[in-house]
Amino acid sequence: MNTGTGEPVKHSAKRSERHPERHPMHPTHPSPGLELADVTLTYPDGESRLTALDRVSLRVPPGTLTAVVGPSGSGKSSLLAVAATLTRPDEGRVLIAGADAATLSAAERARLRRTTIGIVFQQPNLLASLTCVEQLQVMAHLAGRSARRARDRALDLLDRVDLAKHAEHRPHRLSGGQRQRVNIARALMNEPSVLLVDEPTSALDHERGAAIVALLAELTRADGTATVLVTHDHSHLPYVDHASELIDGRLNALATHPDAMTH
Amino acid sequence: MFVALRDLVFARGRFALMIVTVVLITALVGLVSGLTVGLGRANTSAVDALPADRLAFAAPASGEGISFADSAVDESQWRRWAEQPGVRSAAPLGIAMTRLGVGERTTAAAAFGVEPDGPLAPKALAPGTVVLSRPLADDLDVGVGARLTVGADTSLTVAAVVSGSSYSHAPVAWTTLADWQPLRPGPQRGGPHATVIALDLAGAHTSAADRAIGTKTTSIDDARSAIGSFTAENGSLQLMRGFLFAISALVVGAFFTVWTIQRAGDVAVLKALGAPTGYLLRDALGQAFVVLLVGTALGTGAAALFGAVAPAGVPFVVDASTTLFPAAVLILLGMVGAALAIRRVTAIDPHTALNNTR
Repeated sequence: MNTGTGEPVKHSAKRSERHPERHPMHPTHPSPGLELADVTLTYPDGESRLTALDRVSLRVPPGTLTAVVGPSGSGKSSLLAVAATLTRPDEGRVLIAGADAATLSAAERARLRRTTIGIVFQQPNLLASLTCVEQLQVMAHLAGRSARRARDRALDLLDRVDLAKHAEHRPHRLSGGQRQRVNIARALMNEPSVLLVDEPTSALDHERGAAIVALLAELTRADGTATVLVTHDHSHLPYVDHASELIDGRLNALATHPDAMTH
Repeated sequence: MFVALRDLVFARGRFALMIVTVVLITALVGLVSGLTVGLGRANTSAVDALPADRLAFAAPASGEGISFADSAVDESQWRRWAEQPGVRSAAPLGIAMTRLGVGERTTAAAAFGVEPDGPLAPKALAPGTVVLSRPLADDLDVGVGARLTVGADTSLTVAAVVSGSSYSHAPVAWTTLADWQPLRPGPQRGGPHATVIALDLAGAHTSAADRAIGTKTTSIDDARSAIGSFTAENGSLQLMRGFLFAISALVVGAFFTVWTIQRAGDVAVLKALGAPTGYLLRDALGQAFVVLLVGTALGTGAAALFGAVAPAGVPFVVDASTTLFPAAVLILLGMVGAALAIRRVTAIDPHTALNNTR
């Protein structure tokens, strides 16, 4: 079995204790973070099938940032799609908030994504018609939350990512780094217990990329999320708690940087 | 409607274009509807106003329909109808297109010949007199007591002027059936004749009487189709209206097809973020409804405004059937077109949000 296993939890169950309603399927259990167990995913490739993930196992405890690194075509995006419940694996279990997402219906997986999972896309994917604060408010609207409290939380989150003064700006008025920070804030809007981050620095220069990853590490610990950072850039490893390398669909644990900036 | 309303504001240029299109189509439908009803009334208002339940026409030849132009009934027929059980009254009505003249002035009119003491006769009608609709009196510039010529050589005195009613686009002049006889030659059987028999029924069965008397009885509504000009005009205008309804549904459908394709990336992102498909469909349909509601409201208002300022002679009617009804149909059909376009939202894969390069 290919295993990337997290170290002891540093910010145990912080999210579940503060927001027990975040886990509707197991409301009395503390958040176990994210766990992939023996996940295999294949795609049709002509008359045969291409193995994108080969019995991958990964456990990400709450409050930790785990990096999955690997070259293009290694299966990183497939792993993220499975963890985000956007793709159902051929085999294995995807445990999120104690529920096996691989067995849930499309509607149940959508509910999981809007209540429990935060996704930071590679491209910011902001909606052109919405202001920064509305990009976050729409998440609360999807989850059926109160509009007034949603706006307060959205403004608070924008403040945390240093975009308070851009709250009423639409995406076309923001820089690439600012858009990516809105992308991150949006993912955190519904207080997810699992945060999935897809190559967030691919369109940024090194300095701004490092700032984004540092921000993710800080938010992960502050909010107690189980965060997975998919990247091809090894320079981010100093910021993470754990790292695994994905090559040809197989996952292997990596030693994290000795001077990791996470502790 | 969180995203939909903001899209409407953000993409206001595109939506304004669509709304203007809906406004123009709605205004055109409103104008055609107003004209359809107006022209219809100009054809049939005198028939519609008859104090009768049904009209008995001369039985048409096999394979032919009833027609005011071809129908001719004689005295024996209306007398036999009057004797039928359940018939309160059977009054002959002669209809002929003619001209009225005073000196050098002439105008077209529909001469309605009725028995002066019968249920169809307007007050004041007596032998040797004519009762004019207001437009005729205005055209000829005559009043009560004036002498005028009806047809070739019948001279009658104006007994009264009544509110306007018309038949086949001509204002009606009421004469006695006896004075009407020369205006339209009847069957060569002698005795008075008329065009139809106006029946006031108390539950009588008409089929057997029709067979026995040689008539064909129909309702007042169905009798409209026996006016040749009404059938031709109404058919053409209703066809135009039908095409406009279909065009509006197609235009709205086409717009929202393109719009849905343009925002497929946004929809994928929202789905990836957990938006239920039902939420996205409601959002998109709500957006289409707003566009249609605003467009049809403005278009209907424009058509109603035209009706309000149109010259008195223009046969244009503004009422619920020419404004609210077509607007409701346009919204309904537009929503059908939009729904067919928007259903592709269900097929958008949220997985594509991970690979978006917008």
